[in-house]
Amino acid sequence: MTQNDDILLRGTGFQPVSSTNDILLSVENLSTHFSTQQGLVRAVQDVSFAVKNSRTFALVGESGCGKSITALSIMRLVPEPQGKIVAGKIIFNGRDLLGLSGNRMRAIRGNRIAMIFQEPMTSLNPVFTVGYQIEEVIRLHQHKSKAEARDLAVEVLRQVRIPDPQRRISEYPHQMSGGMRQRVMIAMAISCKPALLIADEPTTALDVTIQAQILNLLDDIQKQYKMSILLITHDLGIVEERAENIAVMYASRIAELSDCRSLFEQPLHPYTQGLLKSMPRLGFTEKRLYTITGVVPDPLHFPGGCKFHPRCPIGCNDKRCQTIEPLLREVIPGRQVACWYAPGYERPDDPKL
Amino acid sequence: MNPGISNNGLSRRSEAKPGYLLKVEDLKTYFPIKKGLLRKTVGYVKAVDGVSFAVKPALTFGLVGESGCGKTTVARSILRLIPVTSGKVTFGNTDVLSADKLQMQNLRSNLCLVFQDPFGSLNPRMTVGSIVGEPLKIHKNVTGAELTERVCLILSKVGLSPESINRYPHEFSGGQRQRIGIARALILQPKFVICDEPVSALDVSIQSQILNLLKDLQDEFSLTYLFIAHDLAVVQFSCDIVAVMYMGKIVEQAPVNELYGDPLHPYTITLMSAIPRLKAPGRQITRQTVGEPPPIVGQPAGCPFNPRCPFADGRCLVENPPLRQVPGKSEHLLACLHSK
Repeated sequence: MTQNDDILLRGTGFQPVSSTNDILLSVENLSTHFSTQQGLVRAVQDVSFAVKNSRTFALVGESGCGKSITALSIMRLVPEPQGKIVAGKIIFNGRDLLGLSGNRMRAIRGNRIAMIFQEPMTSLNPVFTVGYQIEEVIRLHQHKSKAEARDLAVEVLRQVRIPDPQRRISEYPHQMSGGMRQRVMIAMAISCKPALLIADEPTTALDVTIQAQILNLLDDIQKQYKMSILLITHDLGIVEERAENIAVMYASRIAELSDCRSLFEQPLHPYTQGLLKSMPRLGFTEKRLYTITGVVPDPLHFPGGCKFHPRCPIGCNDKRCQTIEPLLREVIPGRQVACWYAPGYERPDDPKL
Repeated sequence: MNPGISNNGLSRRSEAKPGYLLKVEDLKTYFPIKKGLLRKTVGYVKAVDGVSFAVKPALTFGLVGESGCGKTTVARSILRLIPVTSGKVTFGNTDVLSADKLQMQNLRSNLCLVFQDPFGSLNPRMTVGSIVGEPLKIHKNVTGAELTERVCLILSKVGLSPESINRYPHEFSGGQRQRIGIARALILQPKFVICDEPVSALDVSIQSQILNLLKDLQDEFSLTYLFIAHDLAVVQFSCDIVAVMYMGKIVEQAPVNELYGDPLHPYTITLMSAIPRLKAPGRQITRQTVGEPPPIVGQPAGCPFNPRCPFADGRCLVENPPLRQVPGKSEHLLACLHSK
């Protein structure tokens, strides 16, 4: 495996850094914009976070908050020309991915950084067997012969616990159930033993019992390969059990960044607090659920000031929240939040207010 | 025709007698599988295979299960949106499955449906006013100023402003569209509303708004809900009695606290433990799921859950357990040979 790495990466000028620090991926001040007919959509604004080696980092948020665009930006798959990464750095293993040429990026994508998508049916090609699709990845990145690639593909299918892989490998995606297809997607993603796996809503389309199986499988594979996972989801429930660090996104920005345990014990941002309170929980028997009033803002018309203020129970009438957007700041060691009212958040006295 | 059902005044709420509003007995809905040049029927998908339950007025009855277990087919069969193979559905005093066209029209104003997908279930070419007002025009011949007035009234009940009536569905967010769908279902002042996964397509912060709204409307109009969902936490919040379906059959049914406090069927236990939900105090998260959901054709012999069941033995492979009352618990029904 390491030999393969060397062969591949020699050509790309991409050397695995013997990491003294344990940060695998660090995203710094990333901004991705889309120009649409209706105007400029600032889909990702000033997002920074770091994913540690062999750990899971979770990016949580509602639809349209920019979490998937962040993932696509890391993979450099933002659809051009309407979408553009306008600022920021994506440091992977010590090198800025945004500065790489298309060829070098292709050698990393699917090889060192792999991605699994939400909808396993639409992301597999229906006219090729699953074996062909896995072999394609292996042959592209590892220069193996057809027979070797076949053996590897069977092996990787066995690792994702598909029963009878020798037979299954020559089946087409439509012959498999949703959970099986997601396993094939995972097999494809891990076939080159990536250092980072981006899982974009990996279980949203699946039934609850299958969801648990897939999440457990990801856990096991992570341990086996010492792989980092960037887990993107809207379901705070699946995060609590398996992520080390978590960033909650709201309207293109990170609202709160923290280690997982403290976030669930004591959420600092009013949005995070609202999200946690509004989820129906097993075992709780309240008569009414807490609600966050209002709706997720339209990315074309974000409100001024703090983007959450129209829905915020604390800041909705506050002049400062309405006019000045709070930036993400560290308030407690290891915990960052973007809220004027968070405990420990510095409030520079603005003469205008 | 039953006058109690055709009379659609608000007064009918007080008529709700003790007993059951909707009764489903041994409902079977099979879909033929056709093959070959002559489209010969070679087998059946038993989507609903002998389901019986009864819903008391002003309560919420929940149906839970994995996708493909037949919960939506039950809803559609009750509304006669698909042909039913056999069984009996009684609403009030009317036999739904043998009702003629006129009776059916009256029934439909009392049996309404809220759909899962708020994007696909609203006609994009119609204004909100005409979407919500259409049932009233068809069933009650209401037109003009009265129609507008009643549409505005129901829109304000679901939390939308009256100005919305001239806008189109695309101008609304998912949660607001679901409110439009609820307004459309409620404008005829039905007794019974079927909610088919009403919140599964919505964002987390919007889900709780819609769940609260459904509860408020139930209190205000004494509505009876058949609530179909796959999210057990949502069901626990919304329902009074819950039935768990597996492969077209109800495998366990109990009042909500009893089912969540003491689930008996191995499948229910599996479902409960599979959900990665925020921990409630004292709740241990364990997972013990086995196997894939079953294929929709070709049921295994014996208990349908036997290929995935950790307790299955020789008897389970032959005998198909009927749904029976759990000894000592009058409202707890279970279909498992291993019940104590």
